[in-house]
Amino acid sequence: MSHSFDDISAQLKGRHRRTKRLKFMSMGALALAATFLVVFIGDMVMRGYPAFQQAELHVPVTYSEQSQEIPLAAVEEDVRDLVSRGWLRQLPRDMAADASLMGQTIDRWVIADDQVDQYLKGHKSHLKPKQTAVLDRMVENGTAELKFNINFFTTGDSKLPEYAGIWSAAMGTILTLLVTLAFAFPVGVLTAVYLEEFAPDNRFTQAIEININNLAAVPSILFGLLGLAIFINFFGMPRSSPLVGGLTLGLMTLPVIIITTRSALRSVPDTIRQAAFGVGCSRWQVVRDHVLPLSLPGILTGSIIGLAQAMGETAPLIIVGMVAFIPDAPTAITQAATVLPAQIFTWAGEPEQAYVERTAAGILVLLSVLILLNAAAVMLRKKFERRW
Amino acid sequence: MQTQQIFLFFIGIVALAGLVAFFSGRSKAQRVRASGAEMYAQPDQYGWFTAISSAGPALLVGLAAVVAIATADIDIEGMQLLIASLVVAAAGLVIGLALVKPDFHARNAIETLIRYVLIGAAMISIVTTFGILVSIIFEAIRFFQMESFWTFITGTTWDPGNSFQMAAGRGEGVESTANFGAVPLFAGTFMITLIAMLVAIPIGLLAAVYMAEFAPESVRTVAKPVLEVLAGIPTVVYGFFAAITVAPLIVDIFSPLGIEASYNNALAPGLVMGIMIIPFISSLSDDVITSVPDTMRQGSLALGMTHGETIRNVILPAALPGIISASLLAMSRALGETMIVVMAAGMRPNLTANPLEDMTTVTVRIVAALTGDQEFASAETLSAFALGLVLFVVTLLLNMVSVVLIRRFREKYSANNL
Repeated sequence: MSHSFDDISAQLKGRHRRTKRLKFMSMGALALAATFLVVFIGDMVMRGYPAFQQAELHVPVTYSEQSQEIPLAAVEEDVRDLVSRGWLRQLPRDMAADASLMGQTIDRWVIADDQVDQYLKGHKSHLKPKQTAVLDRMVENGTAELKFNINFFTTGDSKLPEYAGIWSAAMGTILTLLVTLAFAFPVGVLTAVYLEEFAPDNRFTQAIEININNLAAVPSILFGLLGLAIFINFFGMPRSSPLVGGLTLGLMTLPVIIITTRSALRSVPDTIRQAAFGVGCSRWQVVRDHVLPLSLPGILTGSIIGLAQAMGETAPLIIVGMVAFIPDAPTAITQAATVLPAQIFTWAGEPEQAYVERTAAGILVLLSVLILLNAAAVMLRKKFERRW
Repeated sequence: MQTQQIFLFFIGIVALAGLVAFFSGRSKAQRVRASGAEMYAQPDQYGWFTAISSAGPALLVGLAAVVAIATADIDIEGMQLLIASLVVAAAGLVIGLALVKPDFHARNAIETLIRYVLIGAAMISIVTTFGILVSIIFEAIRFFQMESFWTFITGTTWDPGNSFQMAAGRGEGVESTANFGAVPLFAGTFMITLIAMLVAIPIGLLAAVYMAEFAPESVRTVAKPVLEVLAGIPTVVYGFFAAITVAPLIVDIFSPLGIEASYNNALAPGLVMGIMIIPFISSLSDDVITSVPDTMRQGSLALGMTHGETIRNVILPAALPGIISASLLAMSRALGETMIVVMAAGMRPNLTANPLEDMTTVTVRIVAALTGDQEFASAETLSAFALGLVLFVVTLLLNMVSVVLIRRFREKYSANNL
């Protein structure tokens, strides 16, 4: 015996130590990934939450014929540079809409310039010392305040950060996803029904299956190239429209819906089919009356997850032109539109701090909607899932 | 008439035709049955059959008209279309009603039709693949007619130069200065993918080992969905994070060391992309490790191996094909990833081995070539499709190898959960 028991037990200790080391390293890896998630979300919240507030100033506004001609004349000289130019620009329109305003001077809250906004939030701003002195005084009087930024939710994109909002992008997202759903849900479910319930096991069926799996792994940007070449250049559909974007995303979502629907159909036990066939149902009647209703929760869960994926997708939409500057919300699927992720992308390219804030705020909105969608999918599965 | 009105009228005609046909078909069947004849199908099924035979062809007419207008520029008056669909619907109704006879298998007829509809739906995925292939190859061929394929694959300078002016017809008498050598793009893509894989493989694999081998059930049920969240975050969000938080951080870390890093360095998008693909590796690896048969663990432990040695010497080698497969899948995801690199990596084609310099990738150039005002027929725009073709071929190969590997693994251990 070359080793004494002492040697061996010492060796054993080392071996067990190595197991422990592996355990802690692997635990650390998981913790690292989780930490990243926390850091990441924390970073977005820190950057984004200021955008939900917007500086407003309480100033006397003079509605006169002069201010209809030159809106700058409506406010006193020392605050002229502090009030949002966008608000001044729409002043004549307000006066045209409400004739009774003429000749009055009203003390009211008006939206401040984005530089004022940044100053009040304690960020860097390009304000001159004279202007900041005025502002400091107004803050003390309570005539300059940060208020809830309702504009962020009700307006579209704007070249003025204080007026830039997500409304038109949100409408664009809704329209695009409607097109996606209208295309991908029926086609996906029908394809899955064919492959699971009708198709004979032959070369053709296998080819479709392999093809669907490959399609699921094709980089999303290539779907954008397809959308550009086929939908826009060949079929002549309008560029930048939710129609093209929705169809492109629909083709991308198709494999997700097919794969999840197939597994939902597969989880329905064969005894149900046999019983239905036994009482004389045809194949379609079995599917329509028994298999589909029983697998519906699973199908819906899969579709919601696919839709959530499509909602966060940007690359193919950039290729089909959905990154345009869209100040007004689209009302039809053939109008030019943008979507939330594309709006985030556009804002991310703007240098002003106010846009950085809004980018992060847009991200927070997008993430919240995605979390809601996924939570809905999980709840749906939990509530209706049946174990056979 | 406006397109929208025509559309509404058309939908109205189809719906009306379907309704009328359904009720007349059903009532005829009921009459026949009341007269004492035994029928093969239920009255409702005859009703459905006539509805399909009337509204179906009308719908097809509308579809054909849309395709004809969109692709062949044939001018079709709205009124003509409506009348044509009405006539077809009426003809379908007459034929459908004539077929409502006791010896007609209405249910089987519907069944056959539904089968064709289902096959048609299944064909769409195949058509999509062909669509991608054809649209990319077609435009790529046009590109290679302008520029040499050999230069594209081996050239080290990527500079669209004045190709835009040339295509706009303003290039007469001017020497083309465009240079389409894609090697710097491939190198940039490779570098960023490499960084991503160096982050994702160790973390993803170790996380999978922990979840499959060490973690108590409670941790596992929480950790798995949390990791999946990483894959569900939109890539544009990662791009913003990489560009605005990670890239400046890297510059700040390296500047005290006297190393100057670009704000568009390749490291930031690589790191963030690595984090994004962790779940692709951890999730599949976890499945693979858990489906390694328990008998192998028991055998190893019975021979006196410690848990750690069992994992290192028995389980991981057995799971290796699955792990490689997961890594290849993650790699194809990283190669095709667009938003992170568009937002955080550079635009300048740069052939370098230093990840702190700015580099650009294939997907960045595709986006750059196809956004903004561009003449579609210019070599720069078409180069996007040539790059897309390369991307398609490479990712397809990676996926196929990955599928073959995982199938081998499944057959070897007859694991059904993969």
